[in-house]
Amino acid sequence: MTAESTSFKREMLATLPSLRAFAVSLTDKHDKADDLVQDTVMKAWAKQSSFEMGTNIKAWLFTILRNEFYSQMRKRGCEVQDSDGIFTERLSVHPAQYGSMDMRDFKKALDQLPDDQREAVILIGASGFSYEEAAEICACAVGTMKSRVSRARARLLDILQIVGEPGYGPDAVSTQVTTHNHLF
Amino acid sequence: MADLVLLADKDKLLTQQRMQTQAVQADDGLDPNTDIGLHLRALYGAVQEEGVPDHLLDLLKKLDSAEQQQASTSENVFRDRE
Repeated sequence: MTAESTSFKREMLATLPSLRAFAVSLTDKHDKADDLVQDTVMKAWAKQSSFEMGTNIKAWLFTILRNEFYSQMRKRGCEVQDSDGIFTERLSVHPAQYGSMDMRDFKKALDQLPDDQREAVILIGASGFSYEEAAEICACAVGTMKSRVSRARARLLDILQIVGEPGYGPDAVSTQVTTHNHLF
Repeated sequence: MADLVLLADKDKLLTQQRMQTQAVQADDGLDPNTDIGLHLRALYGAVQEEGVPDHLLDLLKKLDSAEQQQASTSENVFRDRE
C-alpha cells in the first residue's frame, strides 16, 4: 500500500459528507443522491491514477459528481424534479427558526431559482468553494459564476423580502434589474 | 518513515489549501452573517451531519480489498516469473 493511495482514500472519505450534501441539493432526494455518490466513488476510484495528490480532491470529486448527474439527466430525458424533496421533509421535523426567517420558506425560495443559479449559490455559500473552483466545477468562466451568484442572491432577497442585509449596497442596481427580469 | 513524513506534509498542504479557500471567500453577501448565508449553511450542514451511509463505506472497503488483492496477485505473478 503506497502513501499515495492511503492518502487518496482518506481524503475521499473526508469529502463524502459534503459531496453527499451537494448531491442532495442536485437531486433533491436522498436515495437518488446516494446512488449518485456511489457512481461518483466508483468513477473516482477508476480514475484515481489521473488525480495528482496535493491538488484539490474536493473540487475534483465535485466535478465528477456534477458531470455524472447531468449525463444521467440527459440519458433519462430530464425527469421532473420532485419539489417535495428531502430537504423539505427533514425541515418539517426540525422547523428551526434561523434569524427572522423560517427554514421552509428559505427552501421554497431556493427551489424557485434556475438550476445553474441554485448550484452556484450552494457551491459558494455552503460547500465553501472559491469562485475559481466553482467555475471549474461547473465548466464556466469565473465571471459567469459571479453573475450567477449575484443574481441568485438578489432573487432570494427579493422572494424572501429581506431588506437591509449587509453588502446589499453595491448590488442595489443589479438587484433592481434582475428582480424585474426574472420574476415569473 | 519517509513515507509518513511525506504524508504529514501533504496533509498540512491540504489543510492550508482549505484554509486559503475559506479565506478567499469574497464579499459576495453569502457569508454566515447574512440571512441567506446562514440558511444555506444550515440546510447543507443538516445533510452533512448525517454522515456517510453504511453501504457507501462498505463499497469503499470492497474497492480497497479488491485493489489489495489485485496488487498481491500481480506480485505473485512477478515472483513466479523470477
